[in-house]
Amino acid sequence: MKWFKNPILSLIAMLIVGLIFNFSVNAYIQITILFIMVNCILALSLNLVNGLTGQFSLGHAGFMAVGAYFAAYAGLNWSFGSPSLLAFQFFLYTLGGGILAAICGYLVGLPSLRLKGDYLAIVTLGFGEIIRVTLLNIDTLGGARGISGIPSFPEYDPVIFTSFFTSYIFASIWLIICFFFLWRIMQSQNGRAFLSVREDEIAAEALGVNTTKAKVRSFVISSFFAGVAGALYAHLTNYISPSSFTFLQSVNVVIMVVLGGMGSFSGAILAAAFVTIAPELLRSLQAVTGVDLRMVIFSLCLILIMIFRPKGLMGEKELTDVFPWLRLGRKKA
Amino acid sequence: MIKIENVTMQFGGLKAVDSLSFYVPKGSLFGLIGPNGAGKTTAFNVLTGVYTPTSGKVIFNGEDITGKKPYQISQCGLTRTFQNIRLFKQLTVLENALVAGIQNTDYGLRDAFFFTKKFVSTEAQLLSKARELLSLFGLLKRENEIASSLPYGEQRKLEIVRALMTEPKMILLDEPAAGMNHSETHSLMDLIARVRKEFDLTILLIEHDMKLVMGICEQIVVLDHGVKIEEGTPSKIQNSQKVIEAYLGVEAAEEGAH
Repeated sequence: MKWFKNPILSLIAMLIVGLIFNFSVNAYIQITILFIMVNCILALSLNLVNGLTGQFSLGHAGFMAVGAYFAAYAGLNWSFGSPSLLAFQFFLYTLGGGILAAICGYLVGLPSLRLKGDYLAIVTLGFGEIIRVTLLNIDTLGGARGISGIPSFPEYDPVIFTSFFTSYIFASIWLIICFFFLWRIMQSQNGRAFLSVREDEIAAEALGVNTTKAKVRSFVISSFFAGVAGALYAHLTNYISPSSFTFLQSVNVVIMVVLGGMGSFSGAILAAAFVTIAPELLRSLQAVTGVDLRMVIFSLCLILIMIFRPKGLMGEKELTDVFPWLRLGRKKA
Repeated sequence: MIKIENVTMQFGGLKAVDSLSFYVPKGSLFGLIGPNGAGKTTAFNVLTGVYTPTSGKVIFNGEDITGKKPYQISQCGLTRTFQNIRLFKQLTVLENALVAGIQNTDYGLRDAFFFTKKFVSTEAQLLSKARELLSLFGLLKRENEIASSLPYGEQRKLEIVRALMTEPKMILLDEPAAGMNHSETHSLMDLIARVRKEFDLTILLIEHDMKLVMGICEQIVVLDHGVKIEEGTPSKIQNSQKVIEAYLGVEAAEEGAH
């Protein structure tokens, strides 16, 4: 039962931090924290395709939309009723959103992963747009009005298990599953196959790596977690519409991956936090300048980071490479 | 072991390999030589599935492998190294070796996530095997270095280690001694001979270094402009008029004869 030691310890640590946030900060900061976690899942999953498998996907928002719409529709229409089962229902529909996104990922990935670089980017971008426009035209899913009134995570208790804390528990569980799943497959032959595809496809193929299978696999896993993140997003905002999942959202995730350093887990997490927090912090600036310079300064920050750290914040390294004392328990083989 | 029957590889109007046939018996050390542009590497690419031949058949170990994908051919036990080294540059030496063990790994994603017994034991086996091969080639002390930081000669060796990790029956070496100095070439020759004995391999190699080819190959096939012009033992090749003409030109060969 060695496998659950680290995830459970991390979960406990995260929950303690969450409990502190539960009592110490206001609702605005709390929702920002939840969005950071959703963005972490998005960044980690895209990092698998863009950073570790070396393919360039620009359609992450599409998969996110699939997961979000599934969770929203299911949550509104197929409710379990009993409040005690509500937590289970949320988990099930989030999982369902992920699986549906993974199926889409498989359908898109299988034909398009024969393409490389820019071409793959265009195809995935096209896919994202197809999803968005399709959703825009399905009336049962609200069309352009979107879906509103999506149930939030339930509040069981006004002091401890507040709506924030249950959402937080939920998001942490998925974040931990996402992180450890991706981390562990990267330490196995499956992950090495992804890396070999990134490094040299011809050589990988000559050594017996089924490169098509590796690419599709990485794409499907990535779509799954994008769908999960989308479902979490839907429950957190209570409202989704096709305009929540535009091309810009995909680019946002790509920014997180590139900014963090292609292929670095810690980089993806740091950058997800940065990309979520920075525009919020800059909001107060508007009171001083009078005009909204938020995005101008944010882009300037990005440019400066890319000039001084061209390989991203972490490069290809992990936090444990930079600070070895962070390494707990098992040593890297 | 491998039988090539009338293989032709045509790119537009150019016949890079023209109805080539030869047979490499099990356990032999075969050389494939020829002047630049003779079609040697193309022949390798056809054998390993990078190209599907325009016509002809490749039979490996009793199985028709024509038109199979490179990874399937590798799984049949036929693997190769590359003329222009193709290591996984950003990965460590050890990781480079481990990746190649993939076809002997049968655990899935679930095993990797839950640390099942199968995962742990397979990984341990792979690791010990990789380390064993690395130490045989003197690369063990560098196992945690990034592959692209190795000196040239060691990169070549790592390519061979990687190929051996796939547990091949036959290995194709594309200019293993390219860019090596005299003493390095010499130690490589010993190593190839030793590896062949130890792993019971059939080896087909392309090489320009005649000392190496003549020194270790038992049989040699000479290609020129995609056509096989001679086949035989090193001494036969050395005295063949056709081969001398192909390498030095007709006039020079005649002058040499006078």
